[in-house]
Amino acid sequence: MVSTSFFTALDRIFFLLRDWLVGFLPVALRPAAGVLLGVIAIVAVFPGFFALTTVFERKGLGRMQNRLGPNRVGPFGFFQPVADGIKALTKEDVVPYRSDRIVHFLAPLVLVVTVFLGFAVLPMGRNMVLADMDAGLLFFFAMGAATELSIFMAGWSSHNKYSLLGAMRGIAQMISYEVVLLLSAVSVVMIGGSLSLSKIVEAQNSYSGVFPHWYIFTPWGFAGFVVFAIAATAETNRSPFDLPEGESELVAGYHTEYSGFKFALFFLGEYLAMFSISGLGTTLFLGGWSAPLSFFDFVPSWIWFFGKVMLSIFVFIWMRGTLPRLRQDQLMNFAWKFVLPFTLLNLFVTALWRFLGEGWLRWAVCSAILVAAWALMGRVGMRRKHFGPRSYRYAE
Amino acid sequence: MSPIFYILAAVTLGGGLAAVLLRQLVHAALAATVAFAGLALLYLQLDAQFVGFAQVLVYIGAVAILIVFAILLTRGSEVPKDGVFSRTWAVGLVVAAAVFAVLGWAVLASLRALPLAEAAPAATVHEIGVALVGRYVLPLEIVGLLLTAATVGAVIVALHEKERPKQ
Amino acid sequence: MTTPLAGYLLVAALLFAIGLAGALVRRNAILVLIGIELMLNAANLNLIAFWRYGPHPERLTGMMFAIFSIAVAAAEAAVGLGLVIAIHRHTNTTDLDKMNRMKG
Repeated sequence: MVSTSFFTALDRIFFLLRDWLVGFLPVALRPAAGVLLGVIAIVAVFPGFFALTTVFERKGLGRMQNRLGPNRVGPFGFFQPVADGIKALTKEDVVPYRSDRIVHFLAPLVLVVTVFLGFAVLPMGRNMVLADMDAGLLFFFAMGAATELSIFMAGWSSHNKYSLLGAMRGIAQMISYEVVLLLSAVSVVMIGGSLSLSKIVEAQNSYSGVFPHWYIFTPWGFAGFVVFAIAATAETNRSPFDLPEGESELVAGYHTEYSGFKFALFFLGEYLAMFSISGLGTTLFLGGWSAPLSFFDFVPSWIWFFGKVMLSIFVFIWMRGTLPRLRQDQLMNFAWKFVLPFTLLNLFVTALWRFLGEGWLRWAVCSAILVAAWALMGRVGMRRKHFGPRSYRYAE
Repeated sequence: MSPIFYILAAVTLGGGLAAVLLRQLVHAALAATVAFAGLALLYLQLDAQFVGFAQVLVYIGAVAILIVFAILLTRGSEVPKDGVFSRTWAVGLVVAAAVFAVLGWAVLASLRALPLAEAAPAATVHEIGVALVGRYVLPLEIVGLLLTAATVGAVIVALHEKERPKQ
Repeated sequence: MTTPLAGYLLVAALLFAIGLAGALVRRNAILVLIGIELMLNAANLNLIAFWRYGPHPERLTGMMFAIFSIAVAAAEAAVGLGLVIAIHRHTNTTDLDKMNRMKG
């Protein structure tokens, strides 16, 4: 069949393109050049994606708030990111007089580099992974942990109270939710049996009838995905967890004292972190590059991956347009007193799921435990709580 | 010796030296982070992928953050006027140099006895996991207990002291 | 182009000496803790190097030691820094030369 081979070629288009380009080089250089091309592709594609997302976000938010959004530059305002980019490049790079110049300079670089490194282990299509590491998930979280330090560097070196407060809030929030993020990923590792992200996708890439075996379609997977989504939102400092840069209190948080290109780097780093965490959520719970229904298998795998990432980014934007910002104490209480115990329980439920064997029994037992826990902790526990006026320990 | 090893060794040792010598505490903590990162890369050089990533996750993601938090909570980011080195710094330096001399002599004296590199052993995450819940399950449980106890202990130690009534 | 074991051992020895010097020479309690962390890391490097070059690497003994050592070091850092903060709250200093009284 002609169409089958066409779709196979489309699925492998990036490999064919790479092999064609590498073919111009001498044989000795080819492996290195292939890897280099992969790196260049990631470094080129995701910033482009970032530019698109900014304009979509502004237009989408505009629609949600009953206004038009940017519509002046180019058709429908789609060249707005180009204008913004030129503006960022030509602006003066102001460095505060009392700041710590070296650390102030290094902070955005560390952020962008560590975020980019996280993309190396994400499988973006069939066999499309830059470095298929045995401990890929651990590598991803290690790089995520390294970004926290860059936030501290930015906040501390600016020598500004807003920056420092923003950085402290950011780190406290990221550490609290990182625990949750890791634990919710552990349940996938328990079932998938590997830390390698491509193996986790392989484990989900099978169908019963037309329906896929994605982990989100299991009780523990659904609970894990919800928890993961909450933690990912907090980890990327997106609304409603955007306290580190709460404009109404902290100007712009840890990047208050950044301007011009360095600010653009921070902006880029935050969006890239959002893409990479969406990619991770897609890989862990939504079947990565596998098709949602078995007869859609012919569509190239990378289209599914990027489609799912786009979808989760839309949800991010939607949440930003819908939910109000939390307060710091609410945020911390939510992390440590509700989400973390729930995730620990979910680990236990995952183990039950693993050992109860096939059949309806494990569906009933696991769902019952999770729903009961959610109802008890979320509904009954919260009802007894009184949200009175806040007491200020230090300000009074 | 491969040039990569030299670069990584220089990064690690330079970071460590800067951590010890820098006057500004936050700079020292960041330099120590560089040393931790260099060590993680050295582990990768030694085919210990899992330990290398765990090193980054634990040291850069947790220990370094703890250290900078502690520095800010103790107002350590201001450089003290009366010097950063102890009164007995000369003794400390001599002890450290003596320790290095002994260790270095021991390594150089036993050069012949040291084994040479063999083919890289495959230490997959799977094998590590099997070993952790098989042969090393008791240490694993003890470490779990230790970490829990340490967390609770650290929180209690650092908790706000209650105002005690005057005797 | 493989590095001999002695190279790693010398780097570890030097790092250990640097950490020891830091722990002995500096006045600030937090920097003493950083020095101790460096010493622990030097020991870890030795463990990993011996695991890689020694006999029976498939038994993973050195690697397991390093993993447990990392976990213990994390616990040590948490408790140590908690103590430093508690002492700072009590005596208003982190200078070890000034902490010379047993009576609080």
